[in-house]
Amino acid sequence: MIGNHWFHPALVLLLGAAALPLVPARLKKTWLLVIPALSFVLVLTMTLGRGEYWHVGFLKWTLIFGRVDSLSLVFAHIMSLMCIIGTLFGLHVKDDAEHIAAWTYVAGSLGAIFAGDLLTLFLFWEVMAFSSVFLIWFRREPESTAAGFRYLLVHVAGGLSLLAGIVLHVHDTGSTAFAAFAVHNPGTADYLILIGFLLNAAVPPLHAWLPDAYPAGTFNGSVFLSAFTTKTAVYALCRGFAGMELLIWLGVAMSLYGVVYAIIENDVRRLFAYHIVSQVGYMVAGVGIGTELAINGACAHAFAHILYKGLLFMGGGAILHMTGETRMSKLGGLYKKMPWTFFLTLIGGLSISAFPLFSGFVSKSMIVQAGFDSHLLWAAFLLNLAAIGTFYCNGLKVPYFVWFGQNKCEPATFERAKDPPWNMLAAMGIAAGLCVFIGCYTPYLYNLLPNRAAAMEFHPYTSYHISETLQILLFTALAFFVLVKLKKIEPHAGINLDLDWFYRIGGRAFLWLARKPIQAVDTGVGEIYRVGGLLPLMKSASLAGLFDNRVIDGAVDGLASTVRGLGGRLRFAQRGPLQENLTIVFAAAAILLLGFMFLS
Amino acid sequence: MNLLRLINFLRDRLRMVVRVGIAALVVLILLDAVPAIVDKEHAHTAAEHIPAFWAAFGLLGCLLLVIVSKTFGHLGVSTREDYYDR
Repeated sequence: MIGNHWFHPALVLLLGAAALPLVPARLKKTWLLVIPALSFVLVLTMTLGRGEYWHVGFLKWTLIFGRVDSLSLVFAHIMSLMCIIGTLFGLHVKDDAEHIAAWTYVAGSLGAIFAGDLLTLFLFWEVMAFSSVFLIWFRREPESTAAGFRYLLVHVAGGLSLLAGIVLHVHDTGSTAFAAFAVHNPGTADYLILIGFLLNAAVPPLHAWLPDAYPAGTFNGSVFLSAFTTKTAVYALCRGFAGMELLIWLGVAMSLYGVVYAIIENDVRRLFAYHIVSQVGYMVAGVGIGTELAINGACAHAFAHILYKGLLFMGGGAILHMTGETRMSKLGGLYKKMPWTFFLTLIGGLSISAFPLFSGFVSKSMIVQAGFDSHLLWAAFLLNLAAIGTFYCNGLKVPYFVWFGQNKCEPATFERAKDPPWNMLAAMGIAAGLCVFIGCYTPYLYNLLPNRAAAMEFHPYTSYHISETLQILLFTALAFFVLVKLKKIEPHAGINLDLDWFYRIGGRAFLWLARKPIQAVDTGVGEIYRVGGLLPLMKSASLAGLFDNRVIDGAVDGLASTVRGLGGRLRFAQRGPLQENLTIVFAAAAILLLGFMFLS
Repeated sequence: MNLLRLINFLRDRLRMVVRVGIAALVVLILLDAVPAIVDKEHAHTAAEHIPAFWAAFGLLGCLLLVIVSKTFGHLGVSTREDYYDR
């Protein structure tokens, strides 16, 4: 069943996570660094042995846990690398459960990437949803608990659509293989699967969970969240829906949608979250264009994006961790207190803005170039317009209003602000170094891309492309500073309503329905019952009272004392919070499922 | 802390930094107009052959995005922080 000298990197993380509570305290940090490094090294060695591994029989199907080809490898490479950086960033976190949730989440992502069939894909897809929600809940704020539940509900709905699509697809074709779907002539099954993928890629109108949930996560949990869910979805789209024209327009629309919301956003981490929507738009558009260069571009941009977006979220996490505040209307002037956080976050901002010599420049340009090559002029020009908004927000607005500008910090916030501990700065430094390395030395990234010949022919550093990019970006900067001078863009306290409004207010409407009309009906029925049923009830009650006093009490008293004793003992096993109960249930279900699969 | 000293050094000479920045913008546009330096063979459309086309695109695009976004916000999308708490 298992063989061919291949080992699943997700299993390394899962076993490492399971053993973590047993590791002695003095070895904990070593363990936290060694396990992700081990899974990364495993991925690196796989370039030598492509193929399919770990076929497992399940009912009448064969699950394929290890499909190793160039597409899965480029994504696995960056995912397992990001796991090292993210774990280093949260190395000082004492709570084992947080690390376990993060590693399980990464394992879900790696499992989905190496999955060769749709059932395995679905299994790991759900592992991702159910483990990542804990990275939000562990913030332990009331708003995080609520945001986590909304996140979970939305992902369960997306997962159901995916599952329904898979069931129909298997029924129609008789095959569980995860390969390209009928993109030019899609049926119901294809659309249902597509909806599942698009929801995880946060494509509007299925995107509102992302800017709702990611800013609610823990300071290091959001670093993981920013990397894995959306980019695993991009991988799935590359695999299944390359060349589907609909995706071009969805991608272009979302790249601008995210920018518009980011421009009016006040919370640093929510602004970064909207730029995930925007940047994933480039990738989705690349998948839609579907040429060799465009698919390379989608993969390269996902690769670069995970590093610079992780870096930006680490910057946002450092601000949260060290000041307790992420609203720009309550920050400013922090360069004196957190200069290194500023410098490293700025590198993330320049990378996402595709400045020459930074990673975004060598990846984003592939997608725009592929758009021009395919004569999709409007798409390409609109993507360049989104690039303006990207630099405006990440390269100018956040650095200026957090670290410079007017100091609007509360005295206590400013007092406690300082650069974060060494491990957080080190993680940011590694990510920043990689952003610059990728931007300067293109073969590292280009050699990993699925269509190597097309990648080798692409040269981002032409004089025209450099001139074009510098003009766009530097004149955006000019416009920004003019607007600052005119005091037109000062951050204001406030939030912006997005499409989550519908289910948040919808949920409230449901509660109102339960409280008012249904309660009224209930009261009415109670009233009728009281009037119509009271007299006969009184009669029967006096009879029952007799019976009760004499016979039942004795039995009940005995029973009650037994139940109380049992309850007292159970209380130690089960303390009440819904999240903990869910964890136990998920863990038990996962163990049962795995046991069933390997024993059957 | 050297990084902090560098930032303070630049802030103390803000006027000079701004002048250098503006000079850089001018140089960038002038270079773009010299075919020997910026080869427009890679341009995708005729409009891009206009000197400083992308500079204008960046400047006007940024203003357009900010105006559109702010207007969108004022349509009722931007609201108070405790909107969902009540």
